[in-house]
Amino acid sequence: MLKFVVRRLLLLVPILFGLSVLLFVWLRALPGGPAQALLGERATAESVARIEALYGLDEAWYVQYWKFVSAAVQLDFGNSARTNRPVTEEMLRTFPATFELAIAALIFAIGIGIPLGYFAARKYGSWLDNLSVSGSLLGVAVPVFFLAYILKYVFSVKLGWFPTQGRDDPRIDADHPTGFYVLDGIVTGNLEASWDAIMHLVLPAIALGAIPLAIIVRITRASVLDVVHEDYVRTAEAKGLQERTITRRHVLRNALLPVVTVIGLQAGLLFSGAILTETVFSFDGVGRFIAEAISNRDYAVLQGFILVIAAMYVVVNLLVDVSYGLIDPRVRVR
Amino acid sequence: MTTTEPLLDVRDLSVTFARKSGPTVHAVDGVSFTVRPGETVGLVGESGSGKSVTSLAVMGLLPRRGVRVGGQVLFDTDDLLTLPRDRMRDIRGRDIAMVFQDPMSSLNPVVPIGVQVTEVLERHQRLRGDKASAAAAELLSRVGIPDPTRRLKEYPHQLSGGMRQRALIAMALACQPRLLIADEPTTALDVTIQAQIIELLKELVQDTGAALVMITHDLGIVAGLCDTVHVMYSGRIVESAGRRELFAEPRHPYTGGLLASVPRLDAPRGAPLHPIPGSPTDVLRWERGCAFAPRCPNRLDACTDGPPPLETLPGRRLRCLNPLSETEEVPA
Repeated sequence: MLKFVVRRLLLLVPILFGLSVLLFVWLRALPGGPAQALLGERATAESVARIEALYGLDEAWYVQYWKFVSAAVQLDFGNSARTNRPVTEEMLRTFPATFELAIAALIFAIGIGIPLGYFAARKYGSWLDNLSVSGSLLGVAVPVFFLAYILKYVFSVKLGWFPTQGRDDPRIDADHPTGFYVLDGIVTGNLEASWDAIMHLVLPAIALGAIPLAIIVRITRASVLDVVHEDYVRTAEAKGLQERTITRRHVLRNALLPVVTVIGLQAGLLFSGAILTETVFSFDGVGRFIAEAISNRDYAVLQGFILVIAAMYVVVNLLVDVSYGLIDPRVRVR
Repeated sequence: MTTTEPLLDVRDLSVTFARKSGPTVHAVDGVSFTVRPGETVGLVGESGSGKSVTSLAVMGLLPRRGVRVGGQVLFDTDDLLTLPRDRMRDIRGRDIAMVFQDPMSSLNPVVPIGVQVTEVLERHQRLRGDKASAAAAELLSRVGIPDPTRRLKEYPHQLSGGMRQRALIAMALACQPRLLIADEPTTALDVTIQAQIIELLKELVQDTGAALVMITHDLGIVAGLCDTVHVMYSGRIVESAGRRELFAEPRHPYTGGLLASVPRLDAPRGAPLHPIPGSPTDVLRWERGCAFAPRCPNRLDACTDGPPPLETLPGRRLRCLNPLSETEEVPA
């Protein structure tokens, strides 16, 4: 098991190396550069050259790449051209925000998706089943930004139940030792701040979780429909077991295997940032930061963020594979 | 044979499946038989004869949707068909247990064998923890699984087919049921393992005094095991008799055909096999005549005029207008 984990983690090295080369080439192939973006269209050639010299952009690409890599292995990705702060500092600010949002979205999607999929399957052909199937189709089909705007308009603007934007209410004075605002409130004993952070998370989490929710409902439903007709479920019935034991131990444990895979893939996507959702709710996370970095040709931010996201994606997938082995003994690695 | 009150009394059992397209199917139609305590009863027939559906109806394991079950299934004095579902759950696994056909798919692949054995003990005997594990290990060793304590921690895919069927038998016998239903328990196994499993069942049934309903298409199993045999065809019993009477003197042409189709080792080399012509799908609906008539060598015109009744003869029940005569050799 340990060997398997280590081998998978070692795989990160070639993946990140290859990706860093691709990124480097790709970013420099974009029209315009950071200096141009910084100074605007009417910048003089001299001022552009001065900025490029300041950031080392006038050197040969392989010199730039070498400098980047040797710093990056020490987790130094340079400074953002836009905010002029270290990229790692920007990461520490934005990643917890996106994590918090992604986790909230997953809790929403899993917490509703699995029970709904399960009951839809058990009541196969009923109104609940039809509703969940057509509802999940809608969930996949509606564009995220549209859903986000609708949620914001109805529940924040019209009904005023939730705040319209941001991660917290600026009027509340709170410390943020971890950057996870809900957790921060609990750690510092400021439950009001925690609650406020949760209220700020609700609508973005629903918008972001809509697609994973729809997918989880469908996979769970299909999987449960398969499993309830398995011979071992009939064996369990023949033993006279209580219905809840049969559901929990014999139906769900097997039916959830494919669901876990799907959740893992979705989690990887969510952690890498939700540009649309974060933009609509002015949520200061990874997605929004990257979107701004792209329009500013902020090389340092893009290189650093995308590499870290790729590493996270690999780690999340590794976690999924490991947990898969925990629930399915047949794929357990020896 | 004992003359005590029957343990299981199936009366006029019928099972119909409603289909969205096409007519409803009478999978089981007016089946009656009894099982006395400690008795071993065989239900014999080809695929589709209704023998498995009969057993599932007794266990209350048929799907509820689109299935109509009629008649009575008396166990002690309770009619299992009208019993509330909770009561039925109490009886299943404790008083009546079942072993299924395919040990490869009948065990939960993601749950250790031990849990799958102890869960029956926990449910019906309120055994917990170490006591339950010890009892489970005891059960496994009793069905001939070596090193049971280690096996308890293993998963089904780590066991061979024969071992899995033994484990399933252990689960079925966990609460010392008074009735065990075995639905083709050896069909999915190698021939050498088949004999071992049958021996095991025979032994366990003798030791525990449980009654056994053996569902099979294999007359060899019936000959070695059963006291009484019911031959089913297309959802109805066509002949019932004690094992000796049935083998010595089959009266229904279908029973005769089944016996004749068993290859014999003492037959001369190259002697032809004797399959029953046609297939079980060439049936007549019972309302219009004998379902076996299209394949029957003894067919009369009257056979297709209407359903033949199940007549009670001395030591036998028979549904045939033109049975094999009592002295007639099995057609060869």
